[in-house]
Amino acid sequence: MSKYTEEELKIELENKEYEYGFYTDIESDTFPNGLNEDIIRALSNKKEEPEWMTEWRLEAFRAWEQMVEPEWANVHYEKPNFQAISYYSAPLKKPKYDSLDEVDPELLDTFKKLGISIDEQKKLAGVAVDIVMDSVSVATTFKKTLAEKGIIFCSISEAIKEHPELVKKYLGTVVPQKDNFYAALNSAVFSDGSFCYIPKGVRCPMELSTYFRINQAGTGQFERTLVVADEGSYVSYLEGCTAPSRDENQLHAAVVELIALDDAEIKYSTVQNWFPGNKEGKGGVYNFVTKRGLCEKNAKISWTQVETGSAVTWKYPSCVLKGDNSVGEFYSIAVTNNYQQADTGTKMIHLGKNTKSTIISKGISAGKSQNSYRGLVQIGARAENARNFSQCDSLLMGNSCGAHTFPYIESKNTTAKIEHEATTSKIGEDQVFYCNQRGIPTEKAIALIVNGFSKEVLNKLPMEFAVEAQKLLEISLEGSVG
Amino acid sequence: MLSIKNLHASVEDKEILRGINLEVKAGEVHAIMGPNGSGKSTLSSVIAGKEEYEVTDGEIFLEGEDIGELAPEERAHKGVFLSFQYPVEIPGVSVTNFMKTAINESRKAKGLEEMPANEMLKLIREKSELLEIDRKFLSRSLNEGFSGGEKKRNEIFQMAMLEPKLAILDETDSGLDIDALRIVANGVNKLRSKDNAVVVITHYQRLLDYIVPDYVHVLYNGKIVKSGGKELAYELEEKGYDWIKSEN
Repeated sequence: MSKYTEEELKIELENKEYEYGFYTDIESDTFPNGLNEDIIRALSNKKEEPEWMTEWRLEAFRAWEQMVEPEWANVHYEKPNFQAISYYSAPLKKPKYDSLDEVDPELLDTFKKLGISIDEQKKLAGVAVDIVMDSVSVATTFKKTLAEKGIIFCSISEAIKEHPELVKKYLGTVVPQKDNFYAALNSAVFSDGSFCYIPKGVRCPMELSTYFRINQAGTGQFERTLVVADEGSYVSYLEGCTAPSRDENQLHAAVVELIALDDAEIKYSTVQNWFPGNKEGKGGVYNFVTKRGLCEKNAKISWTQVETGSAVTWKYPSCVLKGDNSVGEFYSIAVTNNYQQADTGTKMIHLGKNTKSTIISKGISAGKSQNSYRGLVQIGARAENARNFSQCDSLLMGNSCGAHTFPYIESKNTTAKIEHEATTSKIGEDQVFYCNQRGIPTEKAIALIVNGFSKEVLNKLPMEFAVEAQKLLEISLEGSVG
Repeated sequence: MLSIKNLHASVEDKEILRGINLEVKAGEVHAIMGPNGSGKSTLSSVIAGKEEYEVTDGEIFLEGEDIGELAPEERAHKGVFLSFQYPVEIPGVSVTNFMKTAINESRKAKGLEEMPANEMLKLIREKSELLEIDRKFLSRSLNEGFSGGEKKRNEIFQMAMLEPKLAILDETDSGLDIDALRIVANGVNKLRSKDNAVVVITHYQRLLDYIVPDYVHVLYNGKIVKSGGKELAYELEEKGYDWIKSEN
């Protein structure tokens, strides 16, 4: 994929669009390519943001200009040309297609395998839907229930306008503008994303899913999410979707910030299924994400992720355990197939006393892919009795893939207890033959073995999501053996 | 039931089976004995369809149908069961889940619906009672951390669940103490019927005290060199395999 440039991708996508007959007239509301202060001002202006927000973006941009793209991750890719990207495009108001017949049959086939209903299929593929559709009414009831509890769940753009005091107070407090190259870029140009606030003592009665948020389509390549759980509250948040996301943007740099105040709990689950590129490793999304949560006293944050998509993934959902007795958890399944590359893991920063963290990482590599776990467990000088348990398991399929583990441990407190376990195994011909002999065909046997391997993490996902994720694992590894 | 004609098979160009002929009728138990390296395990793998073995000549029929070209899972769907000498571990997959998948894949191949959960539970209960298996055992990961005896009992439990026409027991006695051996053998005996057949592959005679064969065949150097009734097993035990080696 080294020779494959963004320009070529663009050309390919243009042809593809033409092929499927949904080439739309160029939106008059699209910015020229390139990034500078004027573009950022124009972007902020377009989104009708207050002055402080514009300044915040500019500050981030100035920091970003001084930064260099990091190279320490175990991934290789052609660096994006940041001046060749358009940083604002008005959300498409027109549906992409008029009927399902126009949608890529391969995509529909995948929808079918995932058991997605026709209405949902239409919504996901961007097909015009009838006025009355189940999910719309679901979303309406959904909003009503939340409002009754005082829960705010809206787009970040809306939050900046409607709840500036909350956004101003928390935005950038966990992932500062200057945190890293991609976070700085995101801070400067983030297009949209989600905002969620759970008031004191409120237990959010349902899983909050971006999926149900109306007008969620087209959040763009620089997504920004901010979740604030006030004292003693609880929320379970689902991000992403098992349906394949074919996005025309090659580069995705999202930032997610979680804030769990005293005694609060946030459960954040992600299923990531961006386009991984084709079998030869061409195309595919670069997914460079910064996700971090802050735990105050007795608070808890759990990250659960199932990563199957993207050509290149760079992502370390982390917890800053600032408050005493706070708890951080990270459960991850990362699947790479064909030429995919993933460098993912977590950081657990123990600052408070009696803080506890658990890391369970399952990496599955197939084809010619490279799958790396990178994790940091850091115990601060004041973190008396901090505990960490890490387990990193890798499963290999075939002889051309790679699994790597980079655990970093830094402890400044002698009372800390840190455990790390790691295993690497390979799906053996003997295992497959054993299954075959019991009447289980090879594809199904692989799925069974992979699901068994991933079980500890799948079990952490909300029920419905877990079933979908299981099917997704099967599909992601289809054709990887044989 | 099983009919093998002039079977030749090799692995990595090395010929292991050199013309096997075997007829097993429904309701019969056949024992195949032989010294190490005579081709016993190869024979069971070839019948089950393991790919790394290349059949260079001969035919394998199951109930009159040539199964020589079928994939291992297709042979399983037709009723071939192999109790493994070394059952493999599948972490995170419970015995119950594994069996459910196996049964439903077989049903799917026959154009049947999945077995309803209550039926599945009933079957599991019935078979575990028959074989005196503690049901707690069934929620453990397949073969992971199982003792030698547990592994073999689990194989027989799977046989009970799948109700094969032809069961091949490959060195089922290896690694078992006498109590475990008795339990496993009792299980096999309970599953015997006039409609199925059992091929017992073993190195030692002792298993045959519990699973009494109708016929005994001696495999040596990839060929069946002697066949007889169960008394042949005793003769072998007494005279040792050198007796066979010296005659061939």
